[in-house]
Amino acid sequence: MLSVPLVVGASFAYLLLLFGVASYGNWRSAQGRSVIDNAWVYALSMAVYCTAWTYFGSVGRAASAGIWFLPIYLGPTLAMVLAWVVVRKMLRIARSYRITSIADFIGSRYGKSPALAGLVTLITVVGIVPYIALQLKAVSVGYAVMTLPAGAQATQAQDWWNDSTLYFALALAAFTVVFGTRRLDVSERHEGMVAAIAFESVVKLLAFLAVGIFVTYGLFDGMADIFARVRAAPELAPLLGDAATFDYGQWFSLTLLAMLSVVLLPRQFQIMVVENVNERHLRRAAWVFPAYLLLINIFVLPVALGGLLLFGSGTMDPEAFVLSLPLASGQHALALLAFIGGLSAATGMVIVESIAVSSMVCNDLVMPLLLRTRRFGIRAQGDLTRLLLRIRRAAIFFVMLLGYGYFHWAGEAYALVSIGLISFAAVAQFAPALFGGMYWRGGTRVGAMAGLLIGFALWTYTLMLPSIAKSGWLPTAFLDDGPWGIQWLKPEQLFGLSGMDNLTHALFWSLSANLTAYVVLSLWRGPTPAETSQALLFVEAFQRNRSTEPVFWRGRAKVQDLLALTTRFVGSVRARHLFEEQARRLGVPTVAQIEPDAQLVRQVEIALAGAIGSASARVMVASVADEDALALEDVLQILDEATRLRAHSIELEEKSASLERATSELRAANAQLQSLDRLKDDFMSSVTHELRTPLTSIRSMAELMADEPDMPLAQRQQFIQIIVTETERLSRLVNQVLDLAKIESGHAQWHNTDIDLGQLLAQAVQTTEEMFRDRGAQVQLALPPQPVVLRADPDRLTQVVLNLLSNAAKFVPATGGKVDITLRTSDAGVQVTIQDNGPGVPAAQHGMIFEKFHQNQDSGGYRPQGTGLGLPISRQIVEHFGGRIWIDPAYGGGARFVFDLPWNTMADTGATDVHTPAPATGHALPPTP
Amino acid sequence: MAQKILIVDDEPNILISLEYLMQREGFDVRVARDGLQAIEAIESDPPDLVLLDVMMPGKTGLEVCQHVRAIERLRHVVIVMLTAKGRETDVAKGLALGANAYVTKPFSTRDLVAQVRTLLQAQA
Repeated sequence: MLSVPLVVGASFAYLLLLFGVASYGNWRSAQGRSVIDNAWVYALSMAVYCTAWTYFGSVGRAASAGIWFLPIYLGPTLAMVLAWVVVRKMLRIARSYRITSIADFIGSRYGKSPALAGLVTLITVVGIVPYIALQLKAVSVGYAVMTLPAGAQATQAQDWWNDSTLYFALALAAFTVVFGTRRLDVSERHEGMVAAIAFESVVKLLAFLAVGIFVTYGLFDGMADIFARVRAAPELAPLLGDAATFDYGQWFSLTLLAMLSVVLLPRQFQIMVVENVNERHLRRAAWVFPAYLLLINIFVLPVALGGLLLFGSGTMDPEAFVLSLPLASGQHALALLAFIGGLSAATGMVIVESIAVSSMVCNDLVMPLLLRTRRFGIRAQGDLTRLLLRIRRAAIFFVMLLGYGYFHWAGEAYALVSIGLISFAAVAQFAPALFGGMYWRGGTRVGAMAGLLIGFALWTYTLMLPSIAKSGWLPTAFLDDGPWGIQWLKPEQLFGLSGMDNLTHALFWSLSANLTAYVVLSLWRGPTPAETSQALLFVEAFQRNRSTEPVFWRGRAKVQDLLALTTRFVGSVRARHLFEEQARRLGVPTVAQIEPDAQLVRQVEIALAGAIGSASARVMVASVADEDALALEDVLQILDEATRLRAHSIELEEKSASLERATSELRAANAQLQSLDRLKDDFMSSVTHELRTPLTSIRSMAELMADEPDMPLAQRQQFIQIIVTETERLSRLVNQVLDLAKIESGHAQWHNTDIDLGQLLAQAVQTTEEMFRDRGAQVQLALPPQPVVLRADPDRLTQVVLNLLSNAAKFVPATGGKVDITLRTSDAGVQVTIQDNGPGVPAAQHGMIFEKFHQNQDSGGYRPQGTGLGLPISRQIVEHFGGRIWIDPAYGGGARFVFDLPWNTMADTGATDVHTPAPATGHALPPTP
Repeated sequence: MAQKILIVDDEPNILISLEYLMQREGFDVRVARDGLQAIEAIESDPPDLVLLDVMMPGKTGLEVCQHVRAIERLRHVVIVMLTAKGRETDVAKGLALGANAYVTKPFSTRDLVAQVRTLLQAQA
């Protein structure tokens, strides 16, 4: 045992620390650098699901029922699997419509119904009170264990004013007030509170793990040791599960219950939905939260079993094993840490739960009533923000006191876990209305009301009343024999359904009746226009964004009225800010000149909803505006317009995108055309030049001779010879231009046969023999031994070879000129090399020489008698057959031209040709002029 | 005193024909085979008229024209551009650079002679 001052002092210090963390969170938020805009913080804050129940209740449950503590944590894990779909939709809806609580959500969905929101609030308050009591009980039990000698029973204080738990509850309420009710607009985040919750999640996890590790590895030799010993002890062995009698039904219902609760509990809804900063955080939370649950539960069973083994059953309260085990082993510091952990868990739950419930009570119970009174009602003036805050604070204290009351009068009788499960079953009644509302447009307010009422009634009858009776506050006769002796109406075996545990039984009846009533009544009378419009907004939340959302409002309003209304509830600063923004949107210079449209009214309503809930906001706005009642056709028409608008805007976007594409394509095509045009121009002017040059000589010579009939014969002969040569040149050029044009345009005729390439080369050499002899040059031909057969056009190939040979002849030196021709084969194809020992081609021109009309700028004034088209034509021919032609850059002794052809020339693939059968041995035909 | 004409062209056969033509007409003819030779010849011994081919390797006729026109003392030299290119832009370019006339090939020998005489007379 520890001294009271120590325990109290440590607790106080911890609460101050939490306070500090919360303050830091608020300070950072005021600076604009939020600490909670972080996926880890969001995920950790979800762990507020683990309350003192985890610390004490789970261990107790494990000690009496083995693995049956698990479903409470399996449920949320499973729920997280669906989180990305379902919870994200809730986030989207809540963000769009400033939903502040689960009552607001349900009320808003079914036509902004105040009655429905009020009902949900009532059910929540009634359902959650036991859960708060559980936390208080856990803390008081823990405190007793810490400060009283071991084994001593804590005596319940008879007078409530003596009860330290009461003061603890009041202190917690005060703490909550400071952090939950700073400002009014609940949809502004409680940054400090969330930061503190995330912090305490870490603390409670670490503390529990510390105790778990201590027990498992300190007091025993690891988990295997514990389990072995348990199996050895006959009275404990059944705890580890008995496959034969496993109650699957109960397991299933507990898991389902937990799945629903992780979303529907007020504190969970608050943290997960209302306090969420960024939808994408949900992704990380979806695996971090289950991981957290796993970690915190790992040591539950070992601790429970260890306690049973060490203390034996029946002596020590198993729910306090987390504290009593370290205490008994003298580990006081560890025990204190564990107590702080438990305290932390309880505190977190109470704070968030009471904030959530108080906002519901304020917005959905108190406000609607207040607004009906003259003093605060519609026509009243005055800033209501202060009043609302005070109502919230009062609600927090009220809820806390209710919880204390339940603890004081009914808490003794029941184990903690059972109390908690009753609360779970209460909030589970929201499931049909909530989830149905999110996915089914046909759900109506009447159906939701009926479902909730029936479910709640059955819950009360089958769970709540029996629990009170079992605590001794009601006669138990009606439990055993049914009310007024009617056996069929026994609360725990309604209509004769027996064989289930009471929780499964209660769940079965309440949920099935709830769901049935919801569906039947919704179908019986269809939704009203208001419900339809809300249904559309909710169910299709993902399909619309703010700009394309339909606004289901028609009417007129005055801007002064709206401004005054907004100021009343959210304060003048924020009201002004909102209206100035709207003025900007409408393009109007001052607020006073605004002509309110549906969008503005909607924004006003949403702003108010953040302060007083959707239902009250609706009422207030309706009071200042002159509204047209919307019939169903109007709703559909508005929806239609919005859909068309959206389709139109999508169409516009697509059109502009495709327009952009078309423009860029056009630009590219234009650029290409221009460059082709330029090429054509260059080609044309080159051809013109090349044609006109010989023509000039021919004409001049002819004219000179014509003008001088008595020109000397020798002179005349010279001129005539020049004319002949130039004519030849001219016709050669014309032929080549035509040839090139034909090949390039694909109109050339190719006469492909099987050729022996070696023979073709030999014949070419023979043809040019004389030319080389004239130049005094030597020609050498190197061929492989076997014939090299290819399919191609022999004339064209010969053309290429002759072109290369004549180039060589042009550039070979005057003396000692040498030309080498080589034919090589490889796996890919054949390669022909023709090299000379002339001046070679400068590296810079290696690419250019294959361009039309480019001619080697020979120094020394010698101008080669070429047309400048030989190499381009050769290239076209070689490439036509799928090969390449190039000049070898590495050869320095002159010019070395190489071309290769694949074994499967394009001729083989059967492209384009005119096929003329030819003799097997390809004769070399005379070269084309 | 016979007037001096310089003929510049990289095509040997055209040089032959023009040389024969101008000599027949009584001019004192010199030849140059490319732009550099032309500039050298003009600067060293300025002729009265230059028949200048445009398309030449190295320095083109347009460059030669530009070069010569930049020299003050050679302003009097008549420059006639000869070219196989006949596009309007080329004509405009040549005249803008200071050529006195622009003749496209193939030309009529008679017309060429007549134009040469006219230009020389105008210069005188």
